[in-house]
Amino acid sequence: MYPENFRYTKEHEWVLVEGGIGTIGITDHAQQELGDIVYVDLPKPGTRVEQGRSLGSVESVKAVSDIYSPVSGEVAEINPILADAPEKLNEDPHGAAWLVKIKLSAPGELPDLMSAADYQSYIGAEK
Amino acid sequence: MPQVSPLRRTALNSVHRSLCAKMVDFGGWDMPVQYSGILAEHMAVRKSVGVFDVSHMGEIEIRGPQAAQLTDFVTTNAVHKLQTGQAHYTGLLYEHGGFVDDILVHKVAGDHFFLCVNASNQEKDFEHIRTHNRFDATVELTSDRYSQIAIQGPQARATLEKLTPVDLTAIKYYWFTDGEVAGVPARIAHTGYTGEDGFEIYIPPAESERIWARVLEAGAEFGIKPCGLGARNTLRLEAKMVLYGHEIDASISPLEADLAWIVKLGKGEFVGREALLRQKEAGLRRRLTGFEMTGRPVARDGYEVQVNGVTAGWVTSGSPAPALNKNIGLCYLPVELARSGLAIQVIVRGQAADAMTVETPFYKRAK
Repeated sequence: MYPENFRYTKEHEWVLVEGGIGTIGITDHAQQELGDIVYVDLPKPGTRVEQGRSLGSVESVKAVSDIYSPVSGEVAEINPILADAPEKLNEDPHGAAWLVKIKLSAPGELPDLMSAADYQSYIGAEK
Repeated sequence: MPQVSPLRRTALNSVHRSLCAKMVDFGGWDMPVQYSGILAEHMAVRKSVGVFDVSHMGEIEIRGPQAAQLTDFVTTNAVHKLQTGQAHYTGLLYEHGGFVDDILVHKVAGDHFFLCVNASNQEKDFEHIRTHNRFDATVELTSDRYSQIAIQGPQARATLEKLTPVDLTAIKYYWFTDGEVAGVPARIAHTGYTGEDGFEIYIPPAESERIWARVLEAGAEFGIKPCGLGARNTLRLEAKMVLYGHEIDASISPLEADLAWIVKLGKGEFVGREALLRQKEAGLRRRLTGFEMTGRPVARDGYEVQVNGVTAGWVTSGSPAPALNKNIGLCYLPVELARSGLAIQVIVRGQAADAMTVETPFYKRAK
């Protein structure tokens, strides 16, 4: 369920780092908690973001939630499919419905994040 | 998380858990907010049929030779005009004209009125009615004796019909009858909180699990879905039905809430009447108004509303409207601005988002 090569935050985001670029998304647990997602608000490419600061928001029928960036850097790309198909976030949060790609400015931050095993025990304990 | 006081549960609590509903604390009650998803549940009610556990709602019964007089005295609508077997929507007000609660009154008999009240207001309502009881009548809080299940949607009648010998076509809208559902005594009311056709049944809690299962079975051919409070909220908002704690509370009068139709100022004395007369005489300051967002942002409860950059009011409820494919909301605006076709801005997370006031209800079912 939770890929081993991702790192996870307590706010339920994930990041996959490949070649200095971090692909960021929300976890399956997050999409389940949010319910039907109807709108995703993302920063423009070029925006500088900091670890732990708001990166945008995800709106479900019921509520709006902040997305917190797992890493610091510069937004290189946003996922073009989400503007027209936000519901993809409910269907494939760890794959096709990634949110943004960020060019990392502080790769040293990564050890602050949880492994898949740690994240699963974290969400288990939260219940 | 540790609870300060334990959440109250309906008799169907374990059923919701076995259906893997997402449970939330709703005014002190452990209630299902969704099962399959708010959008699917909402559309099931609009297109076919959905079933809701609304057993958290409270019941208060007024009996005695002057039961009608007491009920008329504590509510805004004209109780003396109700016929036996008829129900109406009404307000329970404080002397100052603000809402204690919004409720349904059912006339069971000339000396017996059955009130359906909001879950988290029931004790307050009961005390309020008792305080004003200078009549030959008794007031009883009987919530423990009833579970309430709402069957709503165009196929609600076809679903419930299978479970009752009662001729449902003979029950007019906002009328009710005492009969049987699945062999159990039930009060069957042609009422609802979804803007769709449907029924609300009051049944013994001990039988509620069995009846819930029978309703799901009866509705299976129509694709019935168990529906949670999430869909109940989006459905009632599309139909512009108010929710206590959002559109109405102790600081809001029925005239401001665009509910003048439930206020019968000519019926004689009732609690809050003087304040409403004064308010009418002086002129209203604000009125509840519907709006549609122009773009993608969603307005949420409590967001500020501006007109030409100046604070004008606040959003009472806001949400995507699943059956309309728009983002809608209700807000209070100064009465001179409370009309349709006005450009307003809703402050969504620090940004002004454009919206337009519109006629309500947002959704009206085809009759």
